[in-house]
Amino acid sequence: MFENLSDRLEQSFRLLKGQGRITEINVAETLKDVRRALLDADVNYKTAKSFTDAVKEEALGQDVLKAVKPGEMMVKIVHDHLAKLMGDEAVDINLSGKPSVILMSGLQGSGKTTFSGKLANMLKTKRGRQALLVAGDVYRPAAIEQLKILGEQLEVPVYSEDDNKNPVQIAKNAIKYAKDYGKDVVIIDTAGRLAIDKQMMEEISAIKKAVNPNEILFVVDSMTGQDAVNTAKAFNDILDFDGVILTKLDGDTRGGAALSIKSVVNKPIKFVGTGEKMDAIDVFHPKRMADRILGMGDIVTFVERAQEQYDVEESRKLQKKIAKNQFNFDDFLKQIHQIKKMGNFKELASMIPGVGKALRNLDLDDDAFKGIEAIIYSMTPEERQNPKVLSGTRKKRIAEGSGTSIQEVNRLIKQFSETRKMMQMMTTNKNAKKMMRKMK
Amino acid sequence: MAIFGLFNKEKKDKLDQGLSKSRKGVLEKLNRSVFGKSKVDEDVLDELEEVLITSDVGVDTTLRIIERIEARVAKDKYINANELNTVLREEIVELLEEKATPDYNDWDLPKDKLPYIIMVVGVNGVGKTTTIGKLAYKYKNAGKSVYIGAADTFRAAAIEQIEIWSERVGVPIVKQSMGSDPASVAYDTLSKAKNNNADVVIIDTAGRLHNKINLMNELAKLKRVMQKLIPDAPHEILLILDGSTGQNAFEQAKQFTKATEVNALAVTKLDGTAKGGVVIGVSDQFKIPVKYIGIGEGIDDLQIFNRREFVDSLFKE
Repeated sequence: MFENLSDRLEQSFRLLKGQGRITEINVAETLKDVRRALLDADVNYKTAKSFTDAVKEEALGQDVLKAVKPGEMMVKIVHDHLAKLMGDEAVDINLSGKPSVILMSGLQGSGKTTFSGKLANMLKTKRGRQALLVAGDVYRPAAIEQLKILGEQLEVPVYSEDDNKNPVQIAKNAIKYAKDYGKDVVIIDTAGRLAIDKQMMEEISAIKKAVNPNEILFVVDSMTGQDAVNTAKAFNDILDFDGVILTKLDGDTRGGAALSIKSVVNKPIKFVGTGEKMDAIDVFHPKRMADRILGMGDIVTFVERAQEQYDVEESRKLQKKIAKNQFNFDDFLKQIHQIKKMGNFKELASMIPGVGKALRNLDLDDDAFKGIEAIIYSMTPEERQNPKVLSGTRKKRIAEGSGTSIQEVNRLIKQFSETRKMMQMMTTNKNAKKMMRKMK
Repeated sequence: MAIFGLFNKEKKDKLDQGLSKSRKGVLEKLNRSVFGKSKVDEDVLDELEEVLITSDVGVDTTLRIIERIEARVAKDKYINANELNTVLREEIVELLEEKATPDYNDWDLPKDKLPYIIMVVGVNGVGKTTTIGKLAYKYKNAGKSVYIGAADTFRAAAIEQIEIWSERVGVPIVKQSMGSDPASVAYDTLSKAKNNNADVVIIDTAGRLHNKINLMNELAKLKRVMQKLIPDAPHEILLILDGSTGQNAFEQAKQFTKATEVNALAVTKLDGTAKGGVVIGVSDQFKIPVKYIGIGEGIDDLQIFNRREFVDSLFKE
């Protein structure tokens, strides 16, 4: 996500680390780099300036001079300021209404329709709500159709009036429909509009007045440049929205828009979109994001995702097997599927501190498992359960069946047995401690 | 400058109108910075830096422009602050001309490359489909027979969306159902267009983020399949950039070029408040010419990009 920015800051700090103490002179160089990094990351010009000014003030203060390692001290100061700039803890959406009404707004192409689908899916599957999607974009060709298809995929009803060109009326009717049919969350998708389009801004303002939403969300593309603050401000002036949604964060944008929007409109970023699949939605955690910016990884999100996919019963069975040294290729395959369910492999790996940078230039994605899967699928059930039987002829057959080579099959078998050994060691307490010591 | 014909005059007016919001911001800021100053000094240059960076020109290109202005000030000694606008315009145009990419002037097509195949690529939500609709309209008005290929088979209702555009413009479309193989759609389109002696074929593709390796490889496959039918297809690989995108636009240009040899750019949504400085930055940093710009929501709001006209319009007084 913000990997490039972390790189830059890291480099700046490395310069500083060589120095004994922070002085007006060496801090100036570092701050220039920090500012440049922020600008390259699309952080608003003014925000970047006030940010570096604030950091400088603190860096030259007493605490820093006492610090043993000025580089680390700077990391902390920059991190604290970043976290502060992006707001405090994650803020949830307001679902208090009966039904709760959520109004989406934003520029063309920011991802409102896709995000509406994701939000409906999340509220349905994770919070047990009865969601209703409302097709309020009557302008863009096939926008209504798009929402209908998403609704069908998600099994969430979509309210639309194909011949009605009045989104205010459609929204009103949708609320009535929701009440009649027992839907408790109404998500209103709207057309993309430019903040300077008076007529269109009046229209969304009229929708707001007509349905009195509990939550107005401003959807913004995380790749947006310097104009993000102006657009956010213009939408906020008219709608006084409640939260910001940052989309397309699975790209490699440095996402500086996230930093500036919050500071300009003082509204929390509530969710982020991280992929085209309907479950690619995450809560925005400002502190974690700051960690991420500074290359500290995002281990918490990683653990949460793992927990979601974690099956207690399965894992108990697996542990027993490992203890008895019965872990086989079927289990290995299951593990791979579990990891794949957690999302894009590279994205996941990048959340682990220190790993992101190493992976960036590698062609790693879900396909990384394809070869492994193909090899295992080419094994007979007996071979999978009892890898010991794998003889030379069997390996040759597997290599041919999976379109790989004997070397690749051998490599996998070797990896597998090493994994098995390691797993067994870690299951018994005594051995685990020994391992930990080794790792130190 | 050359004398404008009626067509060009109309084009210029539209450009001026489309960029009026962008221009307003640029000029207001610049005027504020030079107000009451008799010459270009350090403060004015600082302000200029802010103007350029907040226009998304990018740090590197901004520094290059400022260096040029500094050199000019040093040489000419007394540049009046009021002349800054003119000087800035001249320097930017000159900077953009350094790359020596061709400026396109009309909707003519190379006669030895018919049907002329355009493959449109870009990240999600930049305006690919809308641009295709406008392109089809422009080429049709220029007397060309146009085919559209609905090869975005991934996004929900993408096919319906481009279909509505094809009806609006009145050009044939080749499509399959959602989820079908985009390469197969592209192949079908080319073969139909070839059989019917079409002049232009425009292939829509699904939006994809440039860091998704699989999806980028899919573009290379699309290209290969098209080449089975027409060996030098696609003649134009058009990358669409959203005018409100910040510095990531450079990464997009870089990655898409790496995957598919992009040879033309279109910058969209320049009628908003975003300053479109990305046009200047991208033209400075890449050898790929900006060929089209989108300046409004109307079917007619697409123009062939001309450096000088664009810069003139952006800094018009």
